[in-house]
Amino acid sequence: MSSDGLTRATLIKDLRLEWRSKDAINSMLFFALLVVVIFSFAFDPTAEESRQIAGGLVWVAFLFAAVVALNQTWARELRNQVLDAYRVSPAPPNSLFLAKALGNFIFVTVLEALMTPLFIVFYNLRALGPAWQLPIVAVLGTWALVVNGTFFAAMSLRTRSREIMLPLLLFPISIPALLAMVEATTSILTGEYSAKFWIVLLVAYDLLFTMASLLLFSFVLHAE
Amino acid sequence: MKYLFTIFAVLTAVLLSYGLYQALVVAPTEQTMGEVQRIFYYHVPSAWAAFCLFFVNLVASIWYMVRRNRKADALALAAAEVGVVFCTIVLVTGPLWARPVWGIWWTWDLRLTLTLVLWLIYVAYLILRKFSTSGQTPVIAAVLAIFGALDVPLVYFSIWFFRTQHPQPVVGGGGSIDPRMLHAFFINLIAFSCFGALVCWSRYRFEMAHRDVEDRQALESIMEAGASR
Repeated sequence: MSSDGLTRATLIKDLRLEWRSKDAINSMLFFALLVVVIFSFAFDPTAEESRQIAGGLVWVAFLFAAVVALNQTWARELRNQVLDAYRVSPAPPNSLFLAKALGNFIFVTVLEALMTPLFIVFYNLRALGPAWQLPIVAVLGTWALVVNGTFFAAMSLRTRSREIMLPLLLFPISIPALLAMVEATTSILTGEYSAKFWIVLLVAYDLLFTMASLLLFSFVLHAE
Repeated sequence: MKYLFTIFAVLTAVLLSYGLYQALVVAPTEQTMGEVQRIFYYHVPSAWAAFCLFFVNLVASIWYMVRRNRKADALALAAAEVGVVFCTIVLVTGPLWARPVWGIWWTWDLRLTLTLVLWLIYVAYLILRKFSTSGQTPVIAAVLAIFGALDVPLVYFSIWFFRTQHPQPVVGGGGSIDPRMLHAFFINLIAFSCFGALVCWSRYRFEMAHRDVEDRQALESIMEAGASR
């Protein structure tokens, strides 16, 4: 099977599994909803304030929710020694990684699409800046979280208490990406300054860590 | 080799004592900040030592990925551990100095934030090593070290731009420096570089000895199992 075919097969398998069980998306959705409600009680913002803090709120909620999906990425493959089968097969590790990252990207994007209307309703949001930049920031930011998250989830497979290991690795490394997403979103919502620098930074982050992940993933997969 | 370590240890002790004397007695008291400014002779050299050790960790990690040399891995571990200790010293002495001088314990300024993020990344690195159950901990740790190093320029630019957007309290300031202050500073810089290298070296030797013992014990238990069969 070609490497494209392998990526597609793994991706379709993961999507079908998710479609039938809806484990990841349900837990992510409910988790993000809880974060929205709790933040709303904790800060009780007015419309003007919520425009200032919404960028942070949205991305922190998505980040926490994404960890739920990311933790399930590889754990599924441990059952019945599927991961060992991947290791001994001649399949290129990168196509497996890309399939997993794309799968997580789709899950988190669906989550964002469903949660954004809720955010708008709960926090009375209206973008004062160029709103067409928001989807760009969302796509770049989601990929930034997901590419490193998928990679670190594979790294934390062979650790004790791996569920907590993933955020411990992911959050410190994601600081610049998180800052960029939050600042870009806030700047678009308030319209006070341009989001250009942050979008460029996100592109740089995405490119750098996608390449690093693809270069180093085979080491992590074969580390037993 | 053994003598070299002892000689280096004695040299470091002499340098540190001389540096302490220079910093506390010889260097004049700063006009505006007063005695508290003397923390500078320890704060900045500690930061320098921490950054050097993190750099050693990166080089050793890459070396391990290329050559799979177990000495490189032991060095990476030693450098990361000692680096985190020095970085903690920086993060503790910083607020102690900032509070009387700037009136605040902490500000999210570029240098402070970068140091804090580096500290977070390396603490994550040490936790990963501690929690890893596979025999391939060195590979995974080396990969994380490389990811951390890639992250540093991005952290730098993001915070730099973040700071230019949001106004900050004015930190630092010009003025001429007494040559005795510079002298005390450079002595301490050299002394702390030696000190960091010395602690890292002894941690490295301990790690290698520890691994030798583990290997030997594993070998012995295999042989015993073979003999009893």
